[in-house]
Amino acid sequence: MKPPPFDYHRPAGLGEALQALAEAGSHGKVLAGGQSLIPLLNMRLAAPGHLVDINGLTELATISADASGVRVGALARHAAVERDGSARAVQPLLAQALALVAHPVIRNRGTVVGSLVHADPSAEMPAVLALLGGSVRLARLGGERDVHARDFFVGPLESACLPGEMAVSAFFPALPERSGTAFCEVARRHGDYAVAGVAAAVTLDEDFRIIAARVACVSVGPVPVVVDVTGVCGQRPPASVDWDEVARAVQDRIEPEGDIHATAGYRRHLTGVLVTRALRGAAQDAARSGANDAGEGRA
Amino acid sequence: MSERTGEHRHAITLTVNGVLREAAVPARRLLSDCLRHDLGLTGTHVGCEHGVCGACTVLLDGEPVRSCLTFAVTVDGHEITTVEGLAERGELSPVQRAFSECHGLQCGFCTPGFLCTVTAFLRDNRTPTDEEVLEAVSGNLCRCTGYQNIIKAVHRAAEIQAEESG
Repeated sequence: MKPPPFDYHRPAGLGEALQALAEAGSHGKVLAGGQSLIPLLNMRLAAPGHLVDINGLTELATISADASGVRVGALARHAAVERDGSARAVQPLLAQALALVAHPVIRNRGTVVGSLVHADPSAEMPAVLALLGGSVRLARLGGERDVHARDFFVGPLESACLPGEMAVSAFFPALPERSGTAFCEVARRHGDYAVAGVAAAVTLDEDFRIIAARVACVSVGPVPVVVDVTGVCGQRPPASVDWDEVARAVQDRIEPEGDIHATAGYRRHLTGVLVTRALRGAAQDAARSGANDAGEGRA
Repeated sequence: MSERTGEHRHAITLTVNGVLREAAVPARRLLSDCLRHDLGLTGTHVGCEHGVCGACTVLLDGEPVRSCLTFAVTVDGHEITTVEGLAERGELSPVQRAFSECHGLQCGFCTPGFLCTVTAFLRDNRTPTDEEVLEAVSGNLCRCTGYQNIIKAVHRAAEIQAEESG
């Protein structure tokens, strides 16, 4: 299938892009990597009247990391963020999750911010932003606003980005010391959307007991489902946590639906298994990072 | 089709396989269609047209991308390498030779996409592990299901590459 006709805008700067979006209103759409939008166009599931192509706005292809977190510009491709050493050091969950986003060839073109705006509840990037409590910066003609992840994902394929607005960057906060992360998912084929998937973050205290633990689940609700399981884990070392109880606590909070790929019950089961796997992985990661920090402290 | 619909055409210039090519295309022209229909380069194959099969993979500024998920107008001014551009001075490239040697193709429909993907992969990773090879070609589908020989061909291509550079 071929895309339907549209008016094409190729702005020379951000101001021009916002102007074009303001004029197009609800008929306008931003084209970045196009790896989600162009399939929708090819299948005629979407027919925006105006496409504003930001591929020429290289000033948006930024990745900047400092102690507080990683800010990713609207034109930073998945592959660039995945390979960025400083982003990986500050927030390792980005690279862990990006390795699961489609295939390497798709990641060469697709953008992280584009994935967020697309807001697919089966996608990895929205879960990462939701788990970390990050935010998306939305610019419009004459202003901008930061929207927290909990308000950004509104429903399946629906974000808080309004007509005339453009997501110019996203911020992924760093975690405190002695924290670890993991992303585990099950897909029918490698690179496919996950039947179920879980992103996890765990923080340990000085005695390596869990003091914070939460998960974000994909493909089991209209938006990424974030569950704080700190209380269920108790302030215990990972080896003495009742992981089955933690898994059940998360399973109680999700509302999976069945489709041709998996029944709702199977998704619930998988999510339980993945919660345990991801949290244990994140706890190990946190212990390693704590041990390294201690080692550096002594040296 | 744009002749009939009277859509506005955009003049674009692409460097395809080292040659400067010009075309006037409607904005919605996919790069895959631009290569095949406007430029007559039918080596790039179109399978699913929504990014799943990988048959249409070409190199954009050296990096593999889906040409069916890219508008030609977006890549105005950029460099494209298609399967027609992989051979060097009339000789098949190491990757092409390895696919031929290892019977890494049956009907050949998916082959241009595999060749482009693998060419870029082996440029960046000259001594890949089995797992890395699987990951690298995981976005390309072969409906003849000849994956075993395709995997062999990727390893063989790495060998040929090493022999020739050593």
